[in-house]
Amino acid sequence: MSPPRVLIVDDHSLFRAGVRAELEPLVDLAGEAGTVEEAVEAIAREQPDVVLLDVHMPDGGGVEVIRRTAARETPAPRFLALSVSDAAEDVIAVIRAGARGYVTKSISGEELAGAVRRVNGGDAVFSPRLAGFVLDAFAGPLPQPESELDALTPREREVLQHIARGYMYKEIALRLDISPKTVEAHVSSVLRKLQLSSRHELTRWAAERRLVD
Amino acid sequence: MSTQGGAQLGDPAPGPTMPSAGPPQPARQHLRRDLSGRWLGGVCAGIARRYGVDVWLVRLAFVVAAAAGGIGLAIYALGWLVIPAGDAPSGVRRRLPTGRAAVEVALGTGLLLLSVLLTFRALGLWFSDAIVWPLVLVASGAALIWRGSLGDSRSEAPQTETSPPAAAAPAAGAPAGATVSAVRSPAAVPHRLGSALGNVRGALGALVAETADWRPTAASISRVGVGVALVIAAAFAFLQATGALSAARDVILSVLAVVVVFAVIFAPWILRLVRNLTAERAQRIRSQERAEMAAHLHDSVLQTLAMVQRRAGEPHEVAAIARRQERELRAWLAGRPAPGQVARLAPALEATAAEVEERHGVPVEVVAVGDRDLDPPTEAVVGATREAMTNAAKFGGGSTVDVYAECTDHRLQVFVRDRGPGFDPTAIPPDRRGVRESIVGRMERHGGRATITSAPGAGTEVELLLEADG
Repeated sequence: MSPPRVLIVDDHSLFRAGVRAELEPLVDLAGEAGTVEEAVEAIAREQPDVVLLDVHMPDGGGVEVIRRTAARETPAPRFLALSVSDAAEDVIAVIRAGARGYVTKSISGEELAGAVRRVNGGDAVFSPRLAGFVLDAFAGPLPQPESELDALTPREREVLQHIARGYMYKEIALRLDISPKTVEAHVSSVLRKLQLSSRHELTRWAAERRLVD
Repeated sequence: MSTQGGAQLGDPAPGPTMPSAGPPQPARQHLRRDLSGRWLGGVCAGIARRYGVDVWLVRLAFVVAAAAGGIGLAIYALGWLVIPAGDAPSGVRRRLPTGRAAVEVALGTGLLLLSVLLTFRALGLWFSDAIVWPLVLVASGAALIWRGSLGDSRSEAPQTETSPPAAAAPAAGAPAGATVSAVRSPAAVPHRLGSALGNVRGALGALVAETADWRPTAASISRVGVGVALVIAAAFAFLQATGALSAARDVILSVLAVVVVFAVIFAPWILRLVRNLTAERAQRIRSQERAEMAAHLHDSVLQTLAMVQRRAGEPHEVAAIARRQERELRAWLAGRPAPGQVARLAPALEATAAEVEERHGVPVEVVAVGDRDLDPPTEAVVGATREAMTNAAKFGGGSTVDVYAECTDHRLQVFVRDRGPGFDPTAIPPDRRGVRESIVGRMERHGGRATITSAPGAGTEVELLLEADG
């Protein structure tokens, strides 16, 4: 499989340079963008496979980029959010806008490239902290679960707990005695629930972010 | 998107109308009284500018509305009251000579009212003189008072534009209120004065002369004085004409008139006071918040940056300093209490992690799901977690230590994991036995349990479990 074409979107040029240097040997870099406007243009022009997206930018940040790209008719790339923020409302808002994963900026270059590849393959990428947020949001039983979207299955919970404990997907598969593909499937299913569930914790977090913008 | 709609509405007006591009368009979005293009209070000009309509159309509409039952006047007065004065658009200077400012506004108001009332007479609706003339006086006086005190200070500032007419007035030092009967300044518009307004004329003359030496405070004070005099005179005229001054039965009417007078006089001050207080309060809160944030950043981030610069040659130490600062800043941003004064589980774990991280220079990531108060068993778990973290930091080969805590009402579970070389738990070296005791033993004393999972090459994970009985 050819390496994915990656667009880096971040308003800090220093950080873009750092990510570029780390990813250069590992992926095919399509370019970079420093503003929401530039990002939307670059996505239309370069048609990248994966967009590394900063959450905090002037004019709406990553959420706005996803929203405006989705409004266009071009085939949408996959978004991986990359941010220094570990506030729940940031994470949840960008995931609910459509990002397929969220990693913090302290991630190593190699791990980042791995995450990019996984997102490109259609899977979801959860950092330990994101897994923690999801467990938090889905903690506590609902009096009346309206749909399966509002609750995690025991297996999904188990997978998330392992991610939060710092295990890699392969290690999780080994420990739970399932295939890595199954782990991926569970994580993708959780991502879907995260994006579509109407649990009020999630909507509240997302709404808070939008208010701040 | 709504701004674009507004721009289209306003398009007939010439000039730049692109909503997003180009320099910001002042006063485009909000309705403001246009002080630069006004005749009276700038209400018509403001509306015209906001909606891109010709100002004459607006004025015509107001005059028609005023003639048709006076509703236009009421609306105009209301607009003058509630619509804040706007900044003049940059580049467009006042095109009116300054001498017009106060005097003509008052004069204009009076004449406008008079014309309306005369129109009414022409239509056969004549009110008694007892009402008409006092009303005209009140209107003129009110215009003087209100204009001076209602946020129009911008136009009261020393006028720098060339205003030859005003400058030509010789009576620069004329005492305020002096009856300069001859209107000496050519700036004024004496020909417009109706003979019926002779007494007003004297006062106006004084004012016109006064504008030559435009000192904001003195001028506005005397102007307000004249305004007050006009209003009071109107009240007396009214009372005299109705015979209320002599008749005791009209005391109530007098009181009513006085109340009206006071309302007319003081309403603008009260309004302005309220506006000012609100603005001041918002300003104070903003500056307080700013000062607080600045103080915090000084104490923390700037200090750290200075330290980082001094230690630039020692990457390990710099990383540790940066990391500690990051942790502290995050806690502050999240509104969490500073380490050291924590009585909840999650902050306690964070603080412990920070401590271990600092001592051993290994990053410790804490993910906590749920939270609870620190009772003695929970504190024991925090203590055991500290030991586990220390172990992982010491023997984990410098890899990141992941801590995951999950807590519900009945159950508290903590995992501490490193990616170090690992070891065979059956062959624990003697020097680590004690440490293990302090984890396992401590948990067991509080009714919990600790499990250590490790294998050579697979890292180590310590699981701490505390379950409530029943």
